[in-house]
Amino acid sequence: MSVLQRDPTDRVEILDEDGHVREGAEVPEIGDDRLVEMYRHLRLARHFDERAVSLQRQGRMGTYPPLSGQEAAQVGSSFAMDEQDWLVPSYREHAAMHAHGWPLEQILLYWMGAEDGNVPPAETNTFSVAVPIATQIPHAAGLAWAMKLKGDDGAVVCHFGDGGTSEGDFHEGLNFAGAFDVPAVFFCNNNQWAISVPRDRQTASETLAQKAQAYGFDGVQVDGMDPLAVYSVTEEALDRAKTGGEPDEIGTATRPTMIEAVQYRFGAHTTADDPTVYREESEVERWKQKDPIPRFETFLRERGLLDDERVEAIGQAIQDEVAETIEAAEQHPQPEPAEMFASVYEDMPDRLEQQLAYLEELRDSHGDDTLTEE
Amino acid sequence: MSQTTQTQSLTLVQAVRDGLYGEMERDEDVLVMGEDVGENGGVFRATQGLIEEFGGDRVIDTPLAESGIVGTAIGMAAYGLRPVAEIQFLGFMYPAFDQMVSHAARLRTRSRGAYTAPMVVRAPYGGGIRAPEHHSESTEAFFAHQPGLKVVIPSTPHDTKGLLASAIRDPDPVVFLEPKLIYRAFREDVPEDTYTVPLGEAAVRREGSDVSVFTWGAMTRPTIEAAEELTEEGIDAEVIDLRTLSPLDEETIVESFKKTGRAVVVHEAPKSGGLAGEITTTIQEEVLLYQEAPVKRVTGFDVPFPLYALEDYYLPEAARIKDGIRETVEF
Repeated sequence: MSVLQRDPTDRVEILDEDGHVREGAEVPEIGDDRLVEMYRHLRLARHFDERAVSLQRQGRMGTYPPLSGQEAAQVGSSFAMDEQDWLVPSYREHAAMHAHGWPLEQILLYWMGAEDGNVPPAETNTFSVAVPIATQIPHAAGLAWAMKLKGDDGAVVCHFGDGGTSEGDFHEGLNFAGAFDVPAVFFCNNNQWAISVPRDRQTASETLAQKAQAYGFDGVQVDGMDPLAVYSVTEEALDRAKTGGEPDEIGTATRPTMIEAVQYRFGAHTTADDPTVYREESEVERWKQKDPIPRFETFLRERGLLDDERVEAIGQAIQDEVAETIEAAEQHPQPEPAEMFASVYEDMPDRLEQQLAYLEELRDSHGDDTLTEE
Repeated sequence: MSQTTQTQSLTLVQAVRDGLYGEMERDEDVLVMGEDVGENGGVFRATQGLIEEFGGDRVIDTPLAESGIVGTAIGMAAYGLRPVAEIQFLGFMYPAFDQMVSHAARLRTRSRGAYTAPMVVRAPYGGGIRAPEHHSESTEAFFAHQPGLKVVIPSTPHDTKGLLASAIRDPDPVVFLEPKLIYRAFREDVPEDTYTVPLGEAAVRREGSDVSVFTWGAMTRPTIEAAEELTEEGIDAEVIDLRTLSPLDEETIVESFKKTGRAVVVHEAPKSGGLAGEITTTIQEEVLLYQEAPVKRVTGFDVPFPLYALEDYYLPEAARIKDGIRETVEF
C-alpha cells in the first residue's frame, strides 16, 4: 500500500516512542547489516555533532549548525537513495551528506572556514552546502529536470527547513518541479523552529506537506525521528520519481513528492544562539522522548541485531573515527591566500592577476602576521 | 547655553537598539519587523527588549522571507507607517533586491510623489568575525547604484543613534548598513534623548594637510590608526568618514581634496565597481587641477568573500592602508 497517497495530516509512523513497531505498520525491507549500518550512522552523527559543538566552544571551529535530534530524517532519507541519485543539502545535513558519500573531514573543514570543505569528492552526487535559505530548491528542480531531459535514471533529494518554505524560492522550485514533472523529492526538515520563530508563525497552513498539493503532487508527513518511517516514504518517493509516467490531467504531476519530516532540533540553531531565550525546556524534554537513537536501538535489539556488546563496540569505533577525523581536519594544511583568486573564473582576468601579485607583494613586505592580525 | 545632556556609554549595537527605542517612543507609527527580532531580540541583540516595551504589533517576528519582509514594509510605508525592516545579514538581502530596487526606490518617482516608501532596511554587513559563508559581504555599491535609495553606514555609536533617527524620519527609503565587526568593539557616550545626525554629511575624523583618506564603516578605525602611525613618518593625513554613501557629500570630498591634492579611498568591498571609483571620478570632475597624485584605492579583492580562514588576507588593514597613503604622498 502506498505510504504517499494519504491526507497530509495522516503522519506516516512505524516505530512508537519506545521503539516498538506500531500495530499495523509495515517495516520496510532492509537487510540486517544495512539496518545496523543505519544505527551506526545515527550514533556517528550524534557523536560528531557533540564534538563539533565542543570544537566551536574551544575556538577550534567557527559557527556551526548542530543537528542533534535530526539524525533519523537525514540518515533514513539518504539510506533510501541510490548512488546515482543527487543529494541537495541546505547547511545542517551533515549526516545526510555523509551517508551519501561526503567525508566528515570535509564537513569539518567547511565549518573551520576552508573552501576545501566545499569541494565535492569524486563520484559523490552531492551538491555543496547552501547557506542562504531555500535557494537550493530551484537548483534541485533543475538538476532533476536535466536528468529527465537527458534520459538518466536518477532522482534528486533536496533538503530544506520549515522556515525555508516561507521563501519565494520554495514556491518557484516546487512549481517548476510540478509543471515539468521532474524526478525530485523535496525533503522538508520541519524541526519546529527557524532560529527563534516557531513553525506556526511561518504559515497558517495546518501542515507544510499540504503545500505540495497546490503544485500538483503529493505531500506526506512522516515521523522524522523514526528512521524506518523516513526510509519508507523516501524510498517510495524516489521510486515514483524514477518511474512516473505522463501526467493524465492538468494539475497533476507523476514524479515529484514533498516529504515533511516532523522532528525537533535539540540544540541551538547555530552555536551563535541561545535557545533558552525563545523556547521552554519542557518542550525540548517532550521531544527528547522521541529521540531516534534509543528508539532504533530498541527495535534492533528486539530483532536480535544488537546486544550490549555490539552497542559498546559501535560506540567505541565511532569515537575513534570522529577523533581521527578531527585530527585530520586540524592537520589539514591552511589554505593558501592565492586560493581566493584561483577559481573565480576558469581563466584569471588580468586585473585579478595584478591583484594576486599585489597580495603576494604585501605578504613579502609585511609578513603574514601583520596582514592577519586582528 | 544648552542644558547638560544626560549620556550613557554604549556600544554601536546598543546604539542601534537605543535609536530604535527612541524613535518608537517618539512616533507610534514606527515599527520593527524581521526574522528573530522579537523574543530573541535579534541575532545581534539589536532589538533586545523592544517587544516587551512595544508589544508584538510593533516588534514583529516575520516568516523567513526577505522579499516578503521588504515588500510588506513598502505597503505599510505607503499606507503611513514607518517600518524599520531588519535583514539578518546583508548577504541575505538579495531575495528582497527586486522589492528594493524595483519598488522601494521607485515608488515616489513612478507616482510623481503621490505614493512614497518612507522606510528603513537595516542589515549588518562586512567581514572579520569568522562568520559562515554569505555572512561577511560588503555590497553597499549595489544599493548606492540605485537611484531612489539612500545608503548610510555609521562607524561610531553616537553617529549610529543619530543617523538611524534621521533615516527613520527621512521621507525616502534608506538602506542602513551596520558594521558588525565593530558592533561591540568600543563604547562612546551617547545622549539619552533622541537626536539626529543629518544624512548626506561626511565627518572629518582627523584633520590633516598632506592627503585625504576617504572611508566608512568598519574601515574607519584601521584608517585612523594608519593615519596616526604615519605621523611618525611626517605624513599628516586627513581621514574622512563618509557616513552616507548615497547621496555622497561631494562638498566635503572636494574641499578636503582642494587642501591636500592627494586622495586614498579605503573600502572592504571588492575593488571593481566599488564606490572608490565614484569618489575618484568625482574628484577628477570637480577638482582635477588640484591633483598632485593618482587617487589610490585600498580595497577588498575582486573575489567572492572567502571563508574565514582567508578573510584577514582579503580585508584591508592598517599596514595596507599605510602603504597606500605613503605611495600617494610620495608620488
